[in-house]
Amino acid sequence: MFGIVASIVDGVLIGSVYGLAAMGLTLIWGVMDVVNLTHGAAIVAGMFALYFLTSAAGLAPYAALAPILVGGFLVGMLLYWIAVHRMIGRPPLMSLLSTFSVNLVLIGLGTAAWGTVLFNVPVTLPGVSWHGYTFPGTHLLAAALTAAMAGLLYLFLYHTRLGKAVRAVADNREAAELAGIPTTRMLSLAFGLGVALASVAGMLIATLFPFTVLAGDAYQLKSFVVTVLGGLGNPAGALLGGIALGLIEGLAAPFMPVSWTLVIEFVLFIAVLIVFPGGIFALRRS
Amino acid sequence: MRQDALKSGDVRAPMLRRPFFWIIAAVIAAFGLAPAVDNDVELRESLLLAAVYITLASNLNLMLGYTGYINFGSIVFFGLGGYICVFLMSAHDWPLAGAVLAAGAAVSLFALLFGLGILRLRGAYFALATIGINEAVKAFVSNFEPWGGSSGLYLPTEIFMPLGGPMQALWIIYFLMVGVMGLSLYLSYGIKTSKFGLGLMAIGQNEDAAAMLGVRTPLYKALAYSVSAFLPALAGGLYFFKGAFIQPVDAFDLGLSTEAMVIVMLGGQGTITGPTVGAYLYEELRGRLLTSETFSNFQLVISGALLLVIVLFLPGGLMGWIYGRWPRLKRVLE
Repeated sequence: MFGIVASIVDGVLIGSVYGLAAMGLTLIWGVMDVVNLTHGAAIVAGMFALYFLTSAAGLAPYAALAPILVGGFLVGMLLYWIAVHRMIGRPPLMSLLSTFSVNLVLIGLGTAAWGTVLFNVPVTLPGVSWHGYTFPGTHLLAAALTAAMAGLLYLFLYHTRLGKAVRAVADNREAAELAGIPTTRMLSLAFGLGVALASVAGMLIATLFPFTVLAGDAYQLKSFVVTVLGGLGNPAGALLGGIALGLIEGLAAPFMPVSWTLVIEFVLFIAVLIVFPGGIFALRRS
Repeated sequence: MRQDALKSGDVRAPMLRRPFFWIIAAVIAAFGLAPAVDNDVELRESLLLAAVYITLASNLNLMLGYTGYINFGSIVFFGLGGYICVFLMSAHDWPLAGAVLAAGAAVSLFALLFGLGILRLRGAYFALATIGINEAVKAFVSNFEPWGGSSGLYLPTEIFMPLGGPMQALWIIYFLMVGVMGLSLYLSYGIKTSKFGLGLMAIGQNEDAAAMLGVRTPLYKALAYSVSAFLPALAGGLYFFKGAFIQPVDAFDLGLSTEAMVIVMLGGQGTITGPTVGAYLYEELRGRLLTSETFSNFQLVISGALLLVIVLFLPGGLMGWIYGRWPRLKRVLE
């Protein structure tokens, strides 16, 4: 019995990190109605940034968070200008295709550079024991950092002028423009933030599991599942959706092989998409 | 481009008197004859791949080009068709024709039911659902023991005996594949010049307006989705019968979905000539890149960069550019 509870708790810890990744995806969708298909590449970029910052630059694993956050933000702004800016206001088909093609280029370059071998970032942290079950310290710290990042995003969006401007652009781009908000700059800022969140999530995932260049697709799909659970365009819902997904994974883990949880996730994804297109945790956005 | 069906003068002429009908026939004949004349096996293999690309791209175009809906998981039809066909042949000793047709019918039915399920979804939500369906089916098949799980299904070599041995069987498969390709082209053409096609293009231009004018948009979308599943499923059945082996990684390879999208955009979405020419060009380009030492590692990068350039600067693709320069060609080509 404790085994199942422990498995669920651990699932929730990991799920919150999926929620952090999905927050990046859903923020971009909410502000500019673009599904960012470079999301998976951003997650993988975070993983490899951690790998090289710790192995080559000799940084402590969690000290890499700040440079990855800033780097992800800058790369995200650049991606906005390359792939998204010309697509704003055009049919969704076009932005899906343009971000998809950038993703292909990035993953292709990564595969050419590092192949598809497994990478691993060794992180040693003491775990916490509870009734004979040990929760790894990395899982606990990843969940704690996720909570901190989510809190910072909330403070930014709701208690700074800049964040309010981003939300204004999300609500009504034309009205925001009329009120003197530089909307294009806000869009690129939001895209940068979304990519930064995805790469930090990737970095945290890399402290938990080994990864390859191609890992992005699987985590991108998880982000879709989470986003759809939480309602597209809703960062708070994304966090709840991530926790719900982790709960499902944790609940399923003791009873079936890992490969079947994928089937459950995707069936759930499609079922939710059909039955609740607005998301299960569709809280009010503003 | 989407208005072309309305503008071109010959839409109401009988099929046999339209020039484009004969252009398609000539393409099919060229595919059939070119390798057969001097028994050129190498050419046959390269054209077989081109025929697969044309089939996938033309059917993807029914969704992407006509209705403006992205189907990221179009490869699921190809893979499922392959699985059903190989399974019926290996486990139940069905003949090739029966297995392939049953695969096509089953996959179309599956697509119709699924399409009716996701008919309320629009735009990006639909695109996400199509990614989900590909992964769900792939994850399911990887765990489904009757279909061999992740290690897949094999066909014994005796399977080619009823077709007169492996050598002759490869030719028969090639001609059947060219037939499937031809049917895809006529299907695209038939739909484009029909009332159904008009409804699809109306959805592509403005879904709300189309619904207001009486197009039953959810049903039309589901039907288009289902129709676009049939011929890729046949192609999948033939393709994996030819290899006598199928496994989830090959059957549900999102890379092939990607290539089909690149081809449609390269040639020109919504046209029939575009995906055909695009498929041929892409196949040639790919052949050259794969043989080059430097470029074979960068195939994804090149596909991606090509797609990005088209989407950013040439959204009409090759045909859009050609129509822009020689508008009169619109009367002949579709």
